[in-house]
Amino acid sequence: MLVIVCPHCGPRNSNEFSFLGERSSRPAVATTTPDEWRRYLYTKDNAAGSQLERWFHVSGCRRFLDVERDTVTNEIRSVRDVAEDAR
Amino acid sequence: MARYPSRYSALSLLRKGATRSNWPRAWRHHELKSSYDVVIIGGGLHGLATAYYLARNHGITNVAVLEKAYIGGGGSGRNTAIVRSNYLTPEGSAFYDRSVQLYEGLTEDLNFNIMFEQRGHMTLAHNDASLRTMRWRAEVNKLGGIDSKVISPAEVKELAPAIDISDRPRYPIHGALWHPPGGIVRHDAVVWGYARGADARGAHIHQGTEVTGIDVAGDRVIGVQTSHGPVATPIVINCTAGWSTLIADMAGVQLPITTRPLQAAVTEPVQPFLDPVIVSGTLHVYVSQTARGELVFGASVDPYSSYSSRGSLGFTEGLAGHVLELMPGISKMRLLRQWAGLCDMTPDFGPIIGPTPVDGFYVDVGWGTYGFKAGPVAGEQVAAMVATGAIPELIASFGLERFEEGALTAEKGAAAVGH
Ligand SMILES: Cc1cc2nc3c(=O)[nH]c(=O)nc-3n(C[C@H](O)[C@H](O)[C@H](O)COP(=O)(O)OP(=O)(O)OC[C@H]3O[C@@H](n4cnc5c(N)ncnc54)[C@H](O)[C@@H]3O)c2cc1C
Ligand SMILES: [Zn+2]
Repeated sequence: MLVIVCPHCGPRNSNEFSFLGERSSRPAVATTTPDEWRRYLYTKDNAAGSQLERWFHVSGCRRFLDVERDTVTNEIRSVRDVAEDAR
Repeated sequence: MARYPSRYSALSLLRKGATRSNWPRAWRHHELKSSYDVVIIGGGLHGLATAYYLARNHGITNVAVLEKAYIGGGGSGRNTAIVRSNYLTPEGSAFYDRSVQLYEGLTEDLNFNIMFEQRGHMTLAHNDASLRTMRWRAEVNKLGGIDSKVISPAEVKELAPAIDISDRPRYPIHGALWHPPGGIVRHDAVVWGYARGADARGAHIHQGTEVTGIDVAGDRVIGVQTSHGPVATPIVINCTAGWSTLIADMAGVQLPITTRPLQAAVTEPVQPFLDPVIVSGTLHVYVSQTARGELVFGASVDPYSSYSSRGSLGFTEGLAGHVLELMPGISKMRLLRQWAGLCDMTPDFGPIIGPTPVDGFYVDVGWGTYGFKAGPVAGEQVAAMVATGAIPELIASFGLERFEEGALTAEKGAAAVGH
């Protein structure tokens, strides 16, 4: 079990969170092309190594978090609240 | 020249026993050549079956299978070996049905006992919604000539007396989808049998040979770089399952795949008491009893992507709780071990088989949690595609272009936990 140190709740088992996948930036809906949109929907980097990903603390503070994790060792390098990250 | 290797038979067993002589190695070691007609990356079931059918059905034998570790060390040596064809879509069930047919004749074809036991595959329904989907699946299956039907809780009890069909569990059993030709196979034997067959027909199997790069000139593949030097080739087939996006990246091809660990566990052996394979989608668990008497358990993929194949306590706890809901009688059994393998998940739970935007670079990936049963048919069809240059009907709906065209397959309902 991974332990994710939530900036709001402290260290918690990863089964309190839902994993939403690697971070990707959503194209502007008004101007995107079908091609670009499908790439956004389906194509993944699936990196072996450092990955920036999004988690939701569903059984905790219910905040969205940006997590940097090594997908080979599962070591978590950083956890930040998405909203604070955007600031 | 004597045929390599000698045929396995009762007579050869007797002779070896009487003379106490060693069996020859089932496949040979070769030096890596500087060029091949076809290079297959990944020495799992898919890579080896493709090499076998290229030689057997098309006479293409100047073929190398490059495996970074040892053959069958990926998903092919870690799976729970369920074989079945009761999928939800007509394309899916026709495809997997061909694989079941190949499995039925494989022991003889490979001259290697793969221990295919068709003891039946049972998917339990714990609510009305799943019972309805099962009726739909059974009808699709019947139209395709596949033996598949919905049965009552009483029939479940008759086929598998260990299952609790009472009202005690939180989710009582309402019925099941029953698929008599389904069953389990000895996974190592399938891998070794194909390796032996491919080697005997001339393919080179290179273990401990990692592909580190793919050479592309213009938009054509011309070779691969390996830990043992470069190899020139006009055709590269990516059969690396959980690692497939890393290989595709080397050719500049992007795939809609994420890598997820899938765990399994096995108990100490006991006397035979469970004949069919039992699956519960609601409880996220499945179980079968091997010929050795162990219970083999599996569940759904881990809740996050990873290239780490470490097991977790969370998995074992969830598994035990769910299995005991189904079979309270086994509460005293001890788990012997647990393990994980990497699965290449696609968004629509369908495989990706076919050419890519790079000429000569083919993929046979996206096998997720269900690709062992598909090894024989995928090998046969990929070999035909590479040999003829045309895409066979049986795999036409599994191309990479479906994600651009929006023509996704819809197998999640039949593939997610059932494997
Ligand atoms: C726990 C578990 C249970 C499963 N249960 C079932 C089941 O009941 N029924 C079913 O049908 N399927 C099941 N599956 C899925 C099935 O195991 C896989 O889909 C299938 O084995 C894939 O076979 P493959 O030959 O494509 O890949 P693999 O067997 O994974 O082989 C890929 C190979 O590529 C090699 N490789 C990777 N990178 C490189 C490189 N750079 N150079 C050279 N070689 C490389 C790897 O070492 C590996 O040996 C299960 C999987 C797991 C993990
Ligand atoms: Zn929190």
